[in-house]
Amino acid sequence: MSPSAPAPARKGMIIDRDGLQSLLDRLSARGFDVIGPTVRDGAIIYDRISSVDVMPEGWTDDQDAARYRLARRSDMALFGYAVGPHSWRRFLQPPEERLWQATRQQVGLTIHTTAVPSAPYAFIGVRACELRAISIQDRVFLEGPHPDRRYAERRRGAFIVAVNCTEAGGTCFCASMGSGPRAADGFDLALTELIDANGHRFLLEVGTDAGAASVEDLPSRDADAGALVAAEEATARAAAGMRRKMATAGLKELLQANPEHPHWSEVAERCLACANCTLVCPTCFCSTVADYTDLRGHEADRVRRWDSCFAADFSSIHGGPVRASRRARYRQWMSHKLAHWIDQFDISGCVGCGRCITWCPVGIDITVEAAAIRAAPPRPAAGEGDDDGNA
Amino acid sequence: MIPALPPDTMMPEPWRVRSVVRESADVYTLGLESLSSPVPPFLPGQFNMLYAFGVGEVPISLSGDAADVSGFVHTIRAVGAVSTALSQAQPDSVLGLRGPFGCGWPLTEASGHDILIVAGGLGLAPLRPVIYHLLAHSEHFGRITILHGSRSPAEILFRSELAMWQTRPDVSVAITVDHADPTWHGHVGVVPALVERAVFDPPGTIAFVCGPEVMMRFSAAALLAAGVGANRIHVSMERNMKCAIGLCGHCQFGADFVCRDGPVLPYDRIAKRLAVPEL
Amino acid sequence: MEMLESMLLAHPFLAGMDPGFGHLLFGCARNLRFAPGTFLFREGESADEFYLLREGRVALQLHIPGRSPLVIATLGDGDLVGASWLVAPYRWSYDALATAPTRAFGLNAACLREKSEVDHHLGYEMMRRLVPVMVKRMQAARHQLIDVYGRPPT
Repeated sequence: MSPSAPAPARKGMIIDRDGLQSLLDRLSARGFDVIGPTVRDGAIIYDRISSVDVMPEGWTDDQDAARYRLARRSDMALFGYAVGPHSWRRFLQPPEERLWQATRQQVGLTIHTTAVPSAPYAFIGVRACELRAISIQDRVFLEGPHPDRRYAERRRGAFIVAVNCTEAGGTCFCASMGSGPRAADGFDLALTELIDANGHRFLLEVGTDAGAASVEDLPSRDADAGALVAAEEATARAAAGMRRKMATAGLKELLQANPEHPHWSEVAERCLACANCTLVCPTCFCSTVADYTDLRGHEADRVRRWDSCFAADFSSIHGGPVRASRRARYRQWMSHKLAHWIDQFDISGCVGCGRCITWCPVGIDITVEAAAIRAAPPRPAAGEGDDDGNA
Repeated sequence: MIPALPPDTMMPEPWRVRSVVRESADVYTLGLESLSSPVPPFLPGQFNMLYAFGVGEVPISLSGDAADVSGFVHTIRAVGAVSTALSQAQPDSVLGLRGPFGCGWPLTEASGHDILIVAGGLGLAPLRPVIYHLLAHSEHFGRITILHGSRSPAEILFRSELAMWQTRPDVSVAITVDHADPTWHGHVGVVPALVERAVFDPPGTIAFVCGPEVMMRFSAAALLAAGVGANRIHVSMERNMKCAIGLCGHCQFGADFVCRDGPVLPYDRIAKRLAVPEL
Repeated sequence: MEMLESMLLAHPFLAGMDPGFGHLLFGCARNLRFAPGTFLFREGESADEFYLLREGRVALQLHIPGRSPLVIATLGDGDLVGASWLVAPYRWSYDALATAPTRAFGLNAACLREKSEVDHHLGYEMMRRLVPVMVKRMQAARHQLIDVYGRPPT
């Protein structure tokens, strides 16, 4: 759905696996580029899907710090996993895109824009934490003084089918970030997958008029009270099953007051500065640009691609990087995510999806590192005390 | 709904180089004129992103007179691949330009005050538009003191203009160099020493400081010691910038995006951050 | 004479000095003028006097064979010139050259060292003024060492 569209009153309906296939067919027929979960290279990723058959049916993911393994489920759930290495960010803010092309002329040069994809996206299986991540990226790319035209173009056409989580993944902590496991808003349609004595079915809720239009005449039946209760219990179970949590009270002030906390050095001894955490994070938005010319030197391309604050040259000014040490880079990433983000965008940059914990090759756990800084007594702030606390 | 699509702020426009002045061994001032749109207004302290064909784009402060609407002026030091390519631009060649971006020096707040300009090295370039403004509207300001520190006499920026400004009764200029040569009969020493010697009224003064970060830290310390309030000291920060519009994340300094919330920032807001290495 | 004594006491370096001490200092002082191009002192000479500049400019410099003199710092109105008179063996470690018409008070070092030994309060008053100047000069020298405007090493 588009940002800030009003959500009409919900009504529940029940569809089955065939009903979900019909929904995919309809979205394709309406010209959407339908993107959903599928299994590839031992992970559940997001890619173009045309059929329920390519979805991760009967698969789950076993996750812990530095651990991700696919495993067979005892049932044929389509959404029986948490989140994988991909997030929807890779579609709304692609890892690499050409911004423009310049051509050298007899005299001077011309600069021309390059087209963006024309088909709008339909995202299938967007988790509550991912909805929050999209809304956070909306604040970054759309709500500042200089909105990003390419993001706006992709975002405004996107159709979102959310999925409420019924099980917690091994590294999830969305409940403590207030971003899940149930999708509250920001979707066109929301599904809750139910597998019990009454069979394998989906409770389908409508979030927008566009959502309602897309399910008109879809083979379905009205949701009975039992299904609504079962869905409620399933999301409550997911919330209760989370093994990690982030204590957010006062966290911004804590991190901003402790840039010299000894724990940053302790983390730096483990951190490899590999940038995995920033690449899997659904809210990280940093990018860089690169310039290429053809061999004749007549055409030059400017490309924008994801960048990471862990990269050595990320902070380079002439003379060298401002943040040369891993200590400084980890501090930047975590302080930005959990503290400065709140000053910048009035919301935390963390949604509790757990990806940075799972995909960190050495298992650095943002919830544990935040707790460690909280556990040691904060040092009295240095300086004259008239800073706004952003140190 | 997302309303009308926003303009594409990442797209540069072609600008023609109309003049090139070599200021010192590796510093050049380019005069630019637009080939497409009218010249947008700018505030002293703002910067543009300049693009050298096929090489890349860098943020460069505007160093000309904001009242001159015929074009833009940029003073560039050749230190990297892009700035070297830009500094080698020939008259009539064409560059890409987008901007102006960022927040300028707080001239409205400065009205009615004495102004102390503290410029280190190329830091005089982003302050020159301020000086032009102050001189053109001197009825709104008190005394103007310009302190400029340079590595050597040969590297003193805008030397003839400094001499001209010095002749005005409402302006004092003091120049110091770190390393003197036999031609130099002026001050030798660092900029903070000029602050200590300058005759000004600290409580009624607003200070604008620009130069290398370490020079700004020590200059701010000297200003504080002289009795200028931390909220009356403004500095212009340098950080890595790729987008100039707060979207690429490179220039973050604490919670501030230097490109968008700066580059000019009040010292009291960032004093503690400046004291933290590698922030 | 009284006018000169009050002028000495009015020097910024002695701001707030007890007039009694001022009188003691005046007993060690003389009034000096240096034309541009003349030296207040040369490296290696006996540091038997130090200077409180009233107006003018003085360059502190080192001479290096085969090169033009290296100016370390310039001093002007209200500055103190010279610290080697405090430290044995009391020899200047650089040259001090007047680069503009310069007027200064010269204070006899032996006289002052002697009076300070007799009256430690006077010694303390002098050290209280000298140490901040020395620390600031040392800090400035460190800042010069950074070569902030130079090209960063690649």
